Amino acid sequence: MDLLWQTAVNATYAASYMALIAVGLVMIFGVMGVINFAHGELYMLGAYCVVFLYAQENFPFLLAVAAGLVFVGLVGIVMERTMFRPLRDNPLGGLIASIGFLLILQTLVVFGFGRRMGHVPPSTQGKTEIFGAILTHQRLFVIVAAILLLAALWAFLKRSKFGRALRACAQDAEAASLQGISLNQTARMAMFIGAGLAGVAGALTAPLVSPTPYIGHSIIVTAFIIIIVGGVGSLEGAVIAAVLYAFVHTFVTTFFDGVIANIVGLALMLAVLIVRPTGLFGARERA
Amino acid sequence: MPAAGTGGLIRRAAWRLRLVLLFAALAALPYLLSYSQQEIAVLLVINVLLVSSYRLLTLTGEWSLGHVVIMGVGAYTSALLAKQAGVPVPLSMLLGGAMAAGTAALLSFPLFRMKGFYFLIGSFAAGEIIRLIWKRFTDPFGGPKGLKRIDPFPDIETGFLSIDFYEPVNYYFLALAVVSVSLFVLYRIERSRIGLTFHAIHWQDRLAESVGVDTFRYRTLAFVIASFFAGIAGGLYAHYVGAVNPTRFSVDQMVYVLVWAIVGGTATFHGPVLGVVVLTVINEIVLRALGLDTARPLIYGLILILAVLYLPNGLESLGPRLRALWQRRRGEPAAAGREPA
Repeated sequence: MDLLWQTAVNATYAASYMALIAVGLVMIFGVMGVINFAHGELYMLGAYCVVFLYAQENFPFLLAVAAGLVFVGLVGIVMERTMFRPLRDNPLGGLIASIGFLLILQTLVVFGFGRRMGHVPPSTQGKTEIFGAILTHQRLFVIVAAILLLAALWAFLKRSKFGRALRACAQDAEAASLQGISLNQTARMAMFIGAGLAGVAGALTAPLVSPTPYIGHSIIVTAFIIIIVGGVGSLEGAVIAAVLYAFVHTFVTTFFDGVIANIVGLALMLAVLIVRPTGLFGARERA
Repeated sequence: MPAAGTGGLIRRAAWRLRLVLLFAALAALPYLLSYSQQEIAVLLVINVLLVSSYRLLTLTGEWSLGHVVIMGVGAYTSALLAKQAGVPVPLSMLLGGAMAAGTAALLSFPLFRMKGFYFLIGSFAAGEIIRLIWKRFTDPFGGPKGLKRIDPFPDIETGFLSIDFYEPVNYYFLALAVVSVSLFVLYRIERSRIGLTFHAIHWQDRLAESVGVDTFRYRTLAFVIASFFAGIAGGLYAHYVGAVNPTRFSVDQMVYVLVWAIVGGTATFHGPVLGVVVLTVINEIVLRALGLDTARPLIYGLILILAVLYLPNGLESLGPRLRALWQRRRGEPAAAGREPA
């Protein structure tokens, strides 16, 4: 029973950072119609912001996390301007270009920090016991931050003018631009938020995962599974699918092993694609 | 008519002459290279088959991320058959191709319910599952370390002729022969009715369906044929290198195939071949000579982005474009008067 409960706590932690990553990916896809293959590397970049600012230069952890969000968000804006905007009519081209960008980011980080695992000391040693399960404060911090950030994003999208413009573009870009919404501005905003969320997820989890320049690969695989299961283009679906996937994956890892868990996750995605190709919560297929 | 007839004859003769010259150059090539460059040349020939077979699949408009895994199916099957069942190597390679084709036929049922982006991700998932199975099950796949000491291609020993395929030069000619035959078959398929139907499905799938083309069956057919040749490429690889492991067939490797195809351009048969040859030469010879080993992925990434942005139809479009530019230059004096700057 203890093990079950502990696994559930672990799964909650996994779900929270995966949700941040997946929501960012869905947002980029929603507004630009591009699958950002470099999303895992944006996560990696966020983690290395913490490696550099917190572990090497001794800035406060929170500041390093905030810097990760802003810096990776700005990288997102660069991607939008240089690749996704000129390739707006060519979704496959955008995907391919993002693969190229991923290779560049990986190499730059290898140049700056080497191939080996970056070590990040924990920012807090505290832990809390919840009904016999142990939750370190480092993990608790990720969970709380994810909930706050996603709530803020939700409020932003539903309440602010910019948020409404963003949702309009995701629904129908042409109609939105006829209403005087600037597609470029909206795409830039979506890219900043989407990339920033991946960056902040990387920054938050850096002390827990020992980042390497190649960590993005497993992240993007996971993110793909989540956005497919949740329905590409649905933010709520991405969050629910992240929770679902994290629980399935964590439980299978605990009771079998990691590779079997990956196989189960991929099979789950394949099953969803076969039965409901638009995902559990996706409403429509984007052409 | 006789004029057109001789014109056609001359053109065909010129085409044949070019082909003969090409093969002469390919035959002379290994003798101009160092030992390690010969080894690269062997892998390059194998990759030509891989990327050309990939193009057949893209003819129907679907982009797969599982092609390298399918190649791995051929490699693993051929290696296991030779190692554990004692099947002679040339036969095991063919069976590896057949296994790859069979896997594709099986996968087509779930995968071809999807299209476009969903197919891309679906093929990726299916491929990863196969790859993780190799990784997880040590018996018979060898787990993460894969299979080692795979039987080499048998030496040919007759009284006066003895060929040792351990030598890269000899394996190069073997691979060249297999790949040439395969490319010829792929080319004929594309020019046949079937190939034209693939094109029709790509550009007008609704229209093709409305005139009675079973698009599902044709998509499957393209997938199965492409996978067969990818499997053959896998067999050639396994018995040359002597070892296979799951990492060799990961999505990183698939990215390279994608890059070759995109940078070369997939509109013509020779486009992807051009892509793999040019990029391999840049990668293995120029960058290595410059000592830029660590920067290689970065340069690859840059090439990829620039190609997508500025050369969307690939290297193959460079020739005609330059020719058009050249002709415009020559016609400039006449055009200049009409168009004031």
